Amino acid sequence: MALGMQLIPRIARRLSRLTLVLLCVALVSFGLMMASPVDPVDAYLGPQMAQVSPEQRALIAERWGFDAPPAVQFGHWLRQLVSGDLGWSHVYNQPVSEVIGQRFQRSIMLLGSAWLLAALLGFSLGVAAGAKEGSTLDNLISTYAYITASTPAFWLAIVAVLLFSVTLGWAPTCCAGPTGVLNQDVTLASRLHHLLLPVITLALLGIANITLHTRARMLELMRSEVATHAFAQGASRFDIAWRHGLRHASLPAITLAFASLGELFGGSILIEQVFAYPGLGQATVAAGLRSDIPLLLGIALFTALFVSVGNMIADSLYSAIDPRMTSGGL
Amino acid sequence: MLTINRLSLQLPLYVSWWKREWATCLNEFSLTFCSGEVHGVVGASGAGKSLLAYAIMGLLPTAARLNGQLAYQGKPLDEARQRQLRGRELALIPQSLNALDPLARTKRQVAWAAQRAGQSSRHALQSAQRALDHYQLDARAQQAYAHELSGGMARRVLTAMAHVSQARLVIADEPTVGLDPLQRQRVLDALRGLADQGKTVILITHDLRHALPIADRVTIMRDGQQVETASARAFHGSGASLASAYARALWLALPDNGFLSHAVSQAQPTEQEITVA
Repeated sequence: MALGMQLIPRIARRLSRLTLVLLCVALVSFGLMMASPVDPVDAYLGPQMAQVSPEQRALIAERWGFDAPPAVQFGHWLRQLVSGDLGWSHVYNQPVSEVIGQRFQRSIMLLGSAWLLAALLGFSLGVAAGAKEGSTLDNLISTYAYITASTPAFWLAIVAVLLFSVTLGWAPTCCAGPTGVLNQDVTLASRLHHLLLPVITLALLGIANITLHTRARMLELMRSEVATHAFAQGASRFDIAWRHGLRHASLPAITLAFASLGELFGGSILIEQVFAYPGLGQATVAAGLRSDIPLLLGIALFTALFVSVGNMIADSLYSAIDPRMTSGGL
Repeated sequence: MLTINRLSLQLPLYVSWWKREWATCLNEFSLTFCSGEVHGVVGASGAGKSLLAYAIMGLLPTAARLNGQLAYQGKPLDEARQRQLRGRELALIPQSLNALDPLARTKRQVAWAAQRAGQSSRHALQSAQRALDHYQLDARAQQAYAHELSGGMARRVLTAMAHVSQARLVIADEPTVGLDPLQRQRVLDALRGLADQGKTVILITHDLRHALPIADRVTIMRDGQQVETASARAFHGSGASLASAYARALWLALPDNGFLSHAVSQAQPTEQEITVA
């Protein structure tokens, strides 16, 4: 009962903090857009820019509300947001919420599978490497992790396309499905085939990070008095890794996995660009390059929400696993 | 039961990153422990008491240089046999309370110890329950995490973990540190109880007073060497029946014997605590 009483204010506090974070994100992104040298009307017109008279340009600007001072524009956007309207994307000529919805559906497949792969594989590799410091397995895994951790995502993606798509022809070079086929006609197998390479490339980076942190925690444990005591009880290395190691190493792994959602999002922007995968990342680039303020603000807000929720989950999971966090121990 | 014959132990000491010297931590140490006895091993910090325990258990760092023989029940106790007997025949109650896993509940950890001694998982939970009951840890303490236990409770949990293994040789490394007199007495009584069941208990402590009430024999250690092994009864009066000056000095330095601490410093030559070989 007492727990429930504590829970409600805690949730309320979290939510109000989240609202504040989102507001700040919106304000900063809006400020950045205002400072951007790309003129939204020019970007919209593209090559036809020269054929449009200044009067027509002013008309377009007025129609989209670009003539008003920034503060008024922001206030206008905020009012709309409160009523549930994210605005109109002039790049895709669709409501922003629809663009985000469609794009996110594709991105979440990419992000979700890459994230899951990175978390599970990274954790297992980290535990295996950290169980015996300096073993052949440890050396192999660490070397691999250090190399991938210092490899730029986009470079890896380009090499992957070059090798697996162009040279070997194992994977498609672009898009979420075969070209010329309607979205609803694409088979599941084909979808997965198109996802394969981007997912692996995106996951590789996350794996390295989680592996290294999990390994470090495992080494710490294997040198600790807990491990010595377990050895004294006749436990094998595997026993210690299984009974003690999994618990101890899951703490940094979980925190890192959820906290790295932001990085994953950033990585997906580059990866989607290289693989021409029509997800949220690609929409972000398009919105930025063509000054689609409502879309960019919408995506920024959505991403911030996504990452904040991830951090919140990490926080609560951490206290669920480590008893010292809940009962006011350490 | 356990015979130690001329055991020498050296650990590397890096004077600088290229220069390594060997610190002698045990020097030609010989001793026999018998079944059913509590054998107190007493010495100052750095005398090599804990390393002796680790040498018996086979838990020394890989860099250690070990010479001499160990024999358990008449057969040589080498590395392979140590690995086989650890947790089944040989048990260690560690000095540090940090040896408890902070992320697992008390009862579960004790059950792990039982499983490692070869019990099935169901049987292990039952014997964990029994052992914890035996050491007067209630249901709440059994479901608690290490940080929720008091020092005395944690100490008893560690003792229970050695208890469930049903080992015949139990080494207790400084089990009385940080305990109030009542808690201390409980822990010492528990150890005496193990010996009365016919087990061998090696009680490592820096405080002679804690060893004497329950020990049958006491070995005094200094600088990795055995100074004297005497019956606990030899420690009485002016200590006239003790052979070595150092043992007598330790005895006379106790508060009950008038704090004759100058005797200790006289008996202790000015040489370094660790002899560098």
